[in-house]
Amino acid sequence: MAPAALPSSAVSLRNAVALSGRFPLLAGVDLEVAVGETVLVEGPNGAGKTSLLRVCAGLVPLASGHLSVLGLDPTRSRTHLRRRVGLLSHASHLYDDLTVRENLRFAVRAAGGEVSRIDPACERWGLVGRLAKTAAGRLSAGQRRRVALAVLTARWPELWLLDEPHAGLDASARALLDAAVLEAAASGVTVLIASHESGPVEELASRAVTVTGGRVTAERSLTAPSKAGGAGVDAPDVAAATPVVARPQQGRVAHVA
Amino acid sequence: MTDDSTTATATATAAGAADDPSTAIAGTIGSGLVAHPPTAVAPNTGVTVSPVQSPRSRMIERAIGALALVGTVATVWLGIWVTPPDKTQGDLVRLVYIHPGVAWVALYLAFGLAAVSSLLYLWPRTRSLFWDRLAAASVEVGVVFNVCTLVSGSIWGKPTWGVWWAWDARLTSTAVLLVLFLGYLALRRVPAEPEVRARRSAFVALFAAVDIPIIHFSVNWWNTLHQGATVLNANLSPQIHGSMAWTLLLGFVALTLVFVWMLLVRYRIGVLEDWLGANELDLALAERHSEGSGRLDGPVADRPGAA
Amino acid sequence: MWRDAALVAGKDLRIEGRSRVGLSQVAPFGIVALVLFAFALGPDRQLMAKGAPGLFWVAVLFCTVLAVQRSVSVESSDGARDGLRLSGIDPAGLYLGKTAAVAAQLVVLELLLAVGVILLYGARIEVPWMIVVSCLLGTVGLAATGTLYGALSAGIRVRETLLPFLLLPIAAPVLLAGTRIWQAAMAGGTPATGMQWLRLLVVFDAVYVAIGVVLFGPIQETA
Repeated sequence: MAPAALPSSAVSLRNAVALSGRFPLLAGVDLEVAVGETVLVEGPNGAGKTSLLRVCAGLVPLASGHLSVLGLDPTRSRTHLRRRVGLLSHASHLYDDLTVRENLRFAVRAAGGEVSRIDPACERWGLVGRLAKTAAGRLSAGQRRRVALAVLTARWPELWLLDEPHAGLDASARALLDAAVLEAAASGVTVLIASHESGPVEELASRAVTVTGGRVTAERSLTAPSKAGGAGVDAPDVAAATPVVARPQQGRVAHVA
Repeated sequence: MTDDSTTATATATAAGAADDPSTAIAGTIGSGLVAHPPTAVAPNTGVTVSPVQSPRSRMIERAIGALALVGTVATVWLGIWVTPPDKTQGDLVRLVYIHPGVAWVALYLAFGLAAVSSLLYLWPRTRSLFWDRLAAASVEVGVVFNVCTLVSGSIWGKPTWGVWWAWDARLTSTAVLLVLFLGYLALRRVPAEPEVRARRSAFVALFAAVDIPIIHFSVNWWNTLHQGATVLNANLSPQIHGSMAWTLLLGFVALTLVFVWMLLVRYRIGVLEDWLGANELDLALAERHSEGSGRLDGPVADRPGAA
Repeated sequence: MWRDAALVAGKDLRIEGRSRVGLSQVAPFGIVALVLFAFALGPDRQLMAKGAPGLFWVAVLFCTVLAVQRSVSVESSDGARDGLRLSGIDPAGLYLGKTAAVAAQLVVLELLLAVGVILLYGARIEVPWMIVVSCLLGTVGLAATGTLYGALSAGIRVRETLLPFLLLPIAAPVLLAGTRIWQAAMAGGTPATGMQWLRLLVVFDAVYVAIGVVLFGPIQETA
């Protein structure tokens, strides 16, 4: 899990322009994210948050500008890089005909992850019992999200790209998600969260950048996430069944103007 | 700005006309109505795409066109009035000045050029949309010549063999090549970004290039091993000598020049289309920059093109 | 690469086992095609027996198109195609896996169609091993080219109409070779000619599988 060679920054974008046909998804983005940082990407709908994450994941090539992820060029070292990066997108990439467990097994093995981490991930996200044997086509949106999150925590890559992760999750799942993000940050993972909601999500990040019109237009720092709350869940393979533990910080964090 | 777009569009459609349209473009742009520069940088290639044709290239295009015209007229005149008819085939043999010529262009020149251009496009070091445009132009003009080959071959075959069509290796391969060409063009009509479209087309051209020799070989085998192929193998080639040989050669040269001229024009249309697209991109970038937070439309990133 | 191939092939076959599209839709379509051919050629049994090899392979080609379409559309559910790209799975392994899955389904279909052809058209086979080998080699060729073109047209909305048009001319040599081999292996044929065509099939398969293994990665990034 620790990076083989420590790059100076996890994500580095300079004047990045990405196109979809004639439409510029990103119109000149400058962004630097250090290793181990948790950054919140905010902005209105259509601003380019999703595009930014997809570019970092290597799915969308740049039309011009410079991009380096974990010190590598996404267009050169595709396969190597993708195994170290995890993208949580709107779609969950599940096969409707396979069960939850089968989907998990396939996704983790395809990404080169260890099969032994699948069971703990299932327990963490509540994908046990009959749910584990349900065909993915029958799941609700929130349940699909949970499966995708289980894949992410089973793989535990160095860079997490979360696109509107809280969308569709119920309260307990949200708490689990927050705990997972804090735990990841504590273990040195770099996390980028795109969200157009404000509020609870700000407690997870140390910095927030605003994206509008395909560019980074503003930046502000947030109070560092409380490490005490994160330690409530000790190790990646212990089932997190205590949503109460993550919540108490809410009252203590001051909202940055 | 609207003036430019409409002019460019009108010019693009009129470019097939005999009149040289580049003077029209140069005139309009030079008239000072330009809000943005006439050249635009196409993304990912860094190549400046200019709609204005340089005077030298215009001269070359005209020269080739003129030569092609003269050559074709000369071939027709020589072929129909000056050269003698054949002993066995009579006047029908005059098709020999056209048919092998168009066949050579369609099967080898156009197809070969398309295949090589596609390969050069895919090769990282020589990747440039120039090769893609060239391949597409070559295939389109190739289709025309391919149909001419089939039609002239059919016209020649009917009196000679008694049938409009024969399943011999060459005709069949030509027909299959036509289908592959049409598939390539159908693929290009699918709306996609220029680079995506270029890569897809290049792959298809490459696969077709691999397949054609296999098909030709198979059909040849198919025919020779099959008992009923006797009549169709009858030798079409007449005795060629004297003035006939020169006319034949002239025909080849003239038709090749026609191909080159059509290729140049079609290529230039492709350049104009790309220029139009690149300009739209500049506009789109400017609009995107000026976006306020209230903008609700615009495509979601992971939706475009998803099947 | 092989591990990834096995993983993907297993996944595709498991999906097929669950959804049974191949069994419940493609196979009946193949049978229907055979019946329609019989209607088209009339009740003359001699004619049908003579045409049996060609009709078999045409039916197989149609089924190939359907099987490939299914193989591609499986990845359209919930953005699974993106998921495969994101997972960093070896593209060559992905190609071989999908090809293997399509080939496996085609072999089963061919078995069914072969039985149908023998029963319905009265075809008499004298050199069975040649039939079997031709089917296996032909299947590999069809699956290889099909998966290749399927990937090329994966992101296109009009894929349903475009894929057959692109794929079938490329697959024509398999049709030619397969038909000739069957004719050679049936009553009244010369087995020696069959051998030459088998060699052609081997070359065809080798060429396209090699192309697929090398180019599938770049193709994947295009669609």
